[in-house]
Amino acid sequence: MITDVSTVIGAGTTPPAGAAAPFTYPPATHLWAAEPPTPAAAPSFLARVLSGAATVAIGATGIAAGTAAMIGALHPVTLDWAVPLVGVDLDLTPLGGLFALLIGIVAIPVGIYTVGYARTQHMGRFSLTVLPIFVAAMLLVSAAGSVPTFLFAWELMAATSLVLVWADHRRPAVPQAGVFYAVLTQLGFMLILLALVLLAAGAGTDNFADIAALADTLPGWTRSTVFVLTLIGFGSKAGLLPLHAWLPRAHPEAPSPVSALMSGAMVALGAYGLARIGLQLLGPGPRWWGLCLLAIGAASALFGVLSASVATDLKRLLAYSTTENMGLVAVGLGVAMLLASSGRIQIAAIAATAALLHLVAHAAFKTLGFLSAGAVLASTGERDLDRMGGLVHRIPATTVLFGIAALGASGLPLGAGFVSEWLLLQSLIHSPTPNDPLLALAVPMTVGAVALTTGLGVVVMVKAFGVGFLARPRSAGAADPLPVPRSMLAGMSVIAAACVVLAVAPVVMSPALTSALRGLRVNAAPLGPVLLRLPGVAGTVAPAVLGAGLLIAVLLVVLISRHGIRTRPKPVTSPLWACGADGLTPRMQYTATSFAEPLQRVFDGVLRPDTGLELDRHPGSQYVIAHAAYRARQRDVIEEHGYTPVLRAVRALAQVVRRAHTGSLHLYLAYGGAGLLTVLIVSLVASR
Amino acid sequence: MTAITALATVGQMAAVFLGAPWVIGMMRQVRARMEGRVGAGIGQPWRDLRKLLHKQQITPTGTTAVFAIAPAVVAGSTLLIAAAIPLITTASPLDAAADLFAVVGLLLIGTVALALAGLDTGTAFGGMGASRGIMVAALVEPTMLMAVFALSVPAGSTNLGAIVSTTDAAPWLALSPSALLSLAALVLVIVAEAGRLPVDNPSTHLELTMIHEAMVLEYAGPRLAVVELASGMRLTVLLALLVNLFAPIGIAGPEAGVAGVLVATVVIVVKVAALAAALAFVEVFLAKLRLFRVPELLAGSFVLGLLAVTSAYFFAGAGS
Amino acid sequence: MGWLTRIRRIGRIAEPAPAKPAPSVVLPPTGRKRSLQIRYVDAGSCDGCAIEIGAVFGPVYDAERYGARLVASPRHADALMVTGVVTRNMEQPLRNTLAAIPEPRIIIAVGDCACTGGIFADGYGVVGSVRDVIGADIEVPGCPPRPEDIIAALRSVTGR
Repeated sequence: MITDVSTVIGAGTTPPAGAAAPFTYPPATHLWAAEPPTPAAAPSFLARVLSGAATVAIGATGIAAGTAAMIGALHPVTLDWAVPLVGVDLDLTPLGGLFALLIGIVAIPVGIYTVGYARTQHMGRFSLTVLPIFVAAMLLVSAAGSVPTFLFAWELMAATSLVLVWADHRRPAVPQAGVFYAVLTQLGFMLILLALVLLAAGAGTDNFADIAALADTLPGWTRSTVFVLTLIGFGSKAGLLPLHAWLPRAHPEAPSPVSALMSGAMVALGAYGLARIGLQLLGPGPRWWGLCLLAIGAASALFGVLSASVATDLKRLLAYSTTENMGLVAVGLGVAMLLASSGRIQIAAIAATAALLHLVAHAAFKTLGFLSAGAVLASTGERDLDRMGGLVHRIPATTVLFGIAALGASGLPLGAGFVSEWLLLQSLIHSPTPNDPLLALAVPMTVGAVALTTGLGVVVMVKAFGVGFLARPRSAGAADPLPVPRSMLAGMSVIAAACVVLAVAPVVMSPALTSALRGLRVNAAPLGPVLLRLPGVAGTVAPAVLGAGLLIAVLLVVLISRHGIRTRPKPVTSPLWACGADGLTPRMQYTATSFAEPLQRVFDGVLRPDTGLELDRHPGSQYVIAHAAYRARQRDVIEEHGYTPVLRAVRALAQVVRRAHTGSLHLYLAYGGAGLLTVLIVSLVASR
Repeated sequence: MTAITALATVGQMAAVFLGAPWVIGMMRQVRARMEGRVGAGIGQPWRDLRKLLHKQQITPTGTTAVFAIAPAVVAGSTLLIAAAIPLITTASPLDAAADLFAVVGLLLIGTVALALAGLDTGTAFGGMGASRGIMVAALVEPTMLMAVFALSVPAGSTNLGAIVSTTDAAPWLALSPSALLSLAALVLVIVAEAGRLPVDNPSTHLELTMIHEAMVLEYAGPRLAVVELASGMRLTVLLALLVNLFAPIGIAGPEAGVAGVLVATVVIVVKVAALAAALAFVEVFLAKLRLFRVPELLAGSFVLGLLAVTSAYFFAGAGS
Repeated sequence: MGWLTRIRRIGRIAEPAPAKPAPSVVLPPTGRKRSLQIRYVDAGSCDGCAIEIGAVFGPVYDAERYGARLVASPRHADALMVTGVVTRNMEQPLRNTLAAIPEPRIIIAVGDCACTGGIFADGYGVVGSVRDVIGADIEVPGCPPRPEDIIAALRSVTGR
């Protein structure tokens, strides 16, 4: 964001007191820089409903299959005809069932929402066709029973999501975001491919169930290599550091239902991969695995929340918040691994429960967040928080829905994310183990990281909700938003209901978590009906009682404050207090940038914002400033300082390699000959 | 849950509600005396509140329900905390429903409600107060979590009733290194959370130096009364929690009779009054910190909290 | 000398309270005595009165003991205290400030300029006295008024 402030000193005339100039909004800097947003006509009603219905149907299938898998009613299926040579092995384990359920929970509201969204935002017929395929591909990932099926589904998921990210390719930012996403996701895929091939080769079978049985017999270095490769590969999908950079680029540019699917469900599949391969197949590993996961998770959580706290683009903010939440999930899984390898199975179960519950809660509130951000975008054309504001007056339903999402994401009590964060902290509090200096050092650090993350998470959501939806409009689009279509509101309400249920009665997830964790070689922490009482350890909380208590207490306060109401003068509405002056314009409000400025200063060393003040001095006198421009840009630090050197090195290497490409056919033939010769010699030497 | 503990819980809420303005009044009075003034008397905040309740209610144009209900949410969440934490009795029926994470979360709900109300007005001061208040809260909350976390490791539970009972049964636990470190951290964050010197100046008139006051500049009459009452209650609850975490002498257990509850009430009133007077005494010697020095103070307390947790883990590891 | 010793040695700075003045004809806000929050506005004074007001709330006169307190926002106030003659540029802000104070409210004009216009009454930038512009419930004459007089005016409202 660049703010341009023109100040002419001494040349201005003071307007007479009381005669404020009428306020005009700053000119729109639309996201559609070159073209208007409607290059094509809106897709027909039939196309939209078909796509939405297909998505809902696939989502419902996911829920049904997931539930069936968790009660153990499903058996592995092999479809030999489906893919040539390898076939498709479907084996929905209880763990996969949980994720199928999660995908279904996300897909159903997204399907309903798309019907309206596609009309207002002109999602093309092609995107509408790919959307259900994307959902199906995700379900296929969770149900894959063998290495080839898994890789096939994973790549299908990556390709369909890439196509959807690219849907709006006419906007200049989209192709770049698409390239980022494509490169990082394929890089991750390569690593996963390598890891799974290593695993399958070592075990001598490509069936997950068989690998799980044989995994303990594999040599230690194979298992460790597989773990590290999958950690980075699945980490890139889950938005963990250091391969997170696609999230804050692809999420904002993708159509909002796609962002919701990607952030709610697809990212969770990264965690699924980690749990499935790292925890389930490889089994209890050495302690440094858990530490690695813990460190990456904590770093991601902190970096994500810090970046989100200074982000001004609403969808970018939500994307960083995804990195934060997946970081917390990774912390939970890491703690579970660490404690399981120390033999503290019961506490490890609490940590694993926390991780899985947080995944579900995150899927619910983040889907709602992206869907309502999309509703705002559709109705105002804005996604920059600095240019929003005052939406509560015109689109109150969307405001309330986003409020529910923000409450969940902030991890406050009565929000969807509270119970899982509570479980995570509980698992940490009960982890002290006699004579274990490693735990005694790692756990306090983790507690610190988690505590700081939850604290800063509140800032992020207060900023998003308070600056974006309350206060007064800061742009013409926000001042006069279009009504939000009913189907979009319906879709959002469905997922909002899920958020509320998770917030007050997280116990509904208890059977699902129990059955999912049985496969992880740890048992889930059974959650009691009202009180969350943990097995074997002390510590309880009752979100529903808290909610009721808060409601009663607030009513009590309202009742008390009615004292003296009879003698009070009649209530009035009065203009805002502007220190006696008139005409408090919307430009005088705090924006998202200014709201986060104190934090940006505090965490200056980590965030490294690019700020500067350029002054054009008057030619006549250096003391007179003709023009002043303030610049404040916030880039992704890791991307700037971590990726750039790597890219530069790759480019330099490419320049070296390019010297071999002279265009001479003879030379190329010589390369071919030399290559063949080398292979022959090597194989000869090797066979002897 | 017996009738007596239920009664004690109601007593906790009533004591915090009625006592909070007196705590504020006493702190102002101590300060006035130290400055050589006579002071308005410790009943002045109650007089102010009563007057405010009889004044006109003003709704600034453009504000929404958020602005209207935020004071009640702040006060309500504080009342709920007062009911749940061990002040008079360690066996509050709500104790099992709200452990220390929930209590910290409830405190944060109050801060968030007020910050949203500040943003809702759409004024520069409201936004400024919200931005600063939330920054401080974001740094205070982790420290508070860490500090109470360190205390709950020896107790083996995060339920405050259990923590306080453990310290009550073994008072020397309050002298362990981790307890002392977390005491230091907690004192700093309570000062910050309650908006006292040197983090915020509760009696400032200069908008540019305000944190809490800037958020409530638009409130008038009855709503202002609730805001003022709530901020007093927050301070009272925090002081009471602090004193009971480290010196729970006299607190009523689950089997206490009416006499025990009465004694516990008197004891907690005396303890909070003494602590409040001590805090006011120290404040006289302090100047407000520059806003961007505040994070340094809070970072310091965060490190203290981290050390407290680490030492708690080492001791737990060595002891058990 | 350390701070503590100094505090102990100096002791009470505040002068003993003078006799209670007769209650003013103006009803205290909402009929509740003993509490008065004041928003102070300088409508165009030479700052002489402001210095005296500063003294009123300082340790020597200590108006706070009578229940009066200066506040930052007119929304928190019961009384508008104005010093100086009302100038053109301050007329509207003064009216806005008054409008921002919740009912019931009173206006206290402090100093000759505020009461009558004083020596600036015929100035080109002057609108009039406080009484002319927004009315005044209590007037404290003097150029500048003595802190005792301001205190007496405040006490006539708070009744302490």
